[in-house]
Amino acid sequence: MECIARQIRCDIIKMVHAAGSGHLGSSLSAVEIVTALYFSVMNIDPARPDWRERDRFILSKGHACPVLYAALARRGYFPVEELATLRRINSRLQGHPDMNKTPGVDMTSGSLGNGLSCGAGMALVAKLDALPSCVYVLLGDGEIQEGIVWEAAMTAAHYKLDNLCAIIDNNGLQLDGYTSDVMDINPVADKWRAFRWNTIAVDGHDLDALVRTLELANQTKGRPTVIIADTTKGKGVSFMEDQCDWHGRCPTDEEAKQAIRESVDPSRYDTWRDQSEQAS
Amino acid sequence: MSDLVATRVAYGDALPEMGEKFEDLVVLDADISKAMQTGAFEKRFPDRHFDFGIAEQDMMAAAAGMAAMGKIPLVNTYAVFASLRACEQMRTFIAYPMLNVKIVVSHGGLAVGWDGVTHQGLEDMSVVRSIPNMTIVHPADATSTRKLLPQVIAHNGPVYFRLGRNPTPIIYTEHHDLQMGKAEVLADGGNVAIIACGPIVSEALKALELLRAEGIQARLVDMHAVKPLDTAAVLDAAALTGAIVTVEDNNILGGLGSAVAETLVEACPVPMRRIGVPDCFGESGDPDGLFEKYGMSAEHIAGAAKSAMAAKRK
Repeated sequence: MECIARQIRCDIIKMVHAAGSGHLGSSLSAVEIVTALYFSVMNIDPARPDWRERDRFILSKGHACPVLYAALARRGYFPVEELATLRRINSRLQGHPDMNKTPGVDMTSGSLGNGLSCGAGMALVAKLDALPSCVYVLLGDGEIQEGIVWEAAMTAAHYKLDNLCAIIDNNGLQLDGYTSDVMDINPVADKWRAFRWNTIAVDGHDLDALVRTLELANQTKGRPTVIIADTTKGKGVSFMEDQCDWHGRCPTDEEAKQAIRESVDPSRYDTWRDQSEQAS
Repeated sequence: MSDLVATRVAYGDALPEMGEKFEDLVVLDADISKAMQTGAFEKRFPDRHFDFGIAEQDMMAAAAGMAAMGKIPLVNTYAVFASLRACEQMRTFIAYPMLNVKIVVSHGGLAVGWDGVTHQGLEDMSVVRSIPNMTIVHPADATSTRKLLPQVIAHNGPVYFRLGRNPTPIIYTEHHDLQMGKAEVLADGGNVAIIACGPIVSEALKALELLRAEGIQARLVDMHAVKPLDTAAVLDAAALTGAIVTVEDNNILGGLGSAVAETLVEACPVPMRRIGVPDCFGESGDPDGLFEKYGMSAEHIAGAAKSAMAAKRK
């Protein structure tokens, strides 16, 4: 799984560089979370993206979709080469997730704060129809400043949605700076506990710990679980780590090469770049 | 035209039957289930009714999630809250992904009356009409509400179903065969055409009498589907009469009047007058008094009809 995470990290850098825009830092901080879900925890079948009994994933922090697209491609939902079309006209890979365009995307998202409500709606139906499906929602830490998140937090606890799991990509940064400076969300865990959620903290870059915690969430009955995953924005690339400038900046050719070199597999970089240039 | 029934009441009465007919139907409320008349449904199908508390945005986005799981959610709230407070949830999470959610709103228009501006949906049709993929259905009375509801639910895609708060006249009889999206010609007349939607159609009917007393024969079209507009019915009315008046209980900017004007100006320009809330906020008061004050009464409609007729090319 670590190997896959490295591959996904590499894909993200290539995609955003080829697209000329996108959210690198936000995507890199969620690599292990998304990898743990798609390559270990979630009950899914890439051959049947519409299978009703599957688990669902909502990327509520939709701007981090490069990490989702890379995971979906590596899991076999669509060809890896298609990643080069990110954000281009007629591409199935929109700048924010689109459930009707991209195979494997369970919910359109990108306008922040709304994913948890959508997820609660899904979880309610899974309960109503006695489906085995679990619903996972990944939120940014800055994102929980949105009021609707707490409306959904109430709903999920009220309806005892133990088939719903929220994961907070707690990287401490948002577009305007440190979350603690922009609008402090702390104490995060206490807030969720006060909303009657099962609250667990985990190292968001430790794949084994993530898998264990996500499975623990599945076993919790009678209330929803939130996993506060401590992460580093821009994880894996020295000059991007913990830099809010890299929330939505595109790397130059040199920066991209350096970033790839630091991730993995620099040898394939030029080939991939040539393909994407031909595609455009 | 003697009985008075609010369209929201007709809706609530029909819901249990809809629950039987559509097994995927679920009903969502935001603490105004009494006003929305969903109690009978909740009683019959307690498992398929969900209250979200006073949280319209959460309810709207949750409905998107439910529709993504194959349900047909009916989201219930007032027009002003659905179209404005939860507007983005409707646009981005329901209309954009074309999810099969029906947004049922009461309290459309100035006719809300006493509650005043905060609870009067005056801009909602304009807002919703500008959102792609949305269908807007605004029935004129209790009978048409009952006849259109199953069609709204059966329609595959998001629908905004606009109802009124207060008791209003019954216009249709049971034998009327209403088809969602197809305008209904309620009166035939060659001098001028009135195109109206919602319970204010009853004011237009009164205007017809006033005009008849002056020897003017007016055509009356109930345009219950504001979007997509029955453009053939609009063009027929223009070709047959040469003068059009639109009547709606919504801001005159962006709603039915605008939709009709857009159609006419491109295909068959004729003199036209628009009756509606004249781009202002309302106030508290009795509905008839408000229609009088804001230029939306039967007398105003009749006056607008004569004005449009006078502007016809000699």
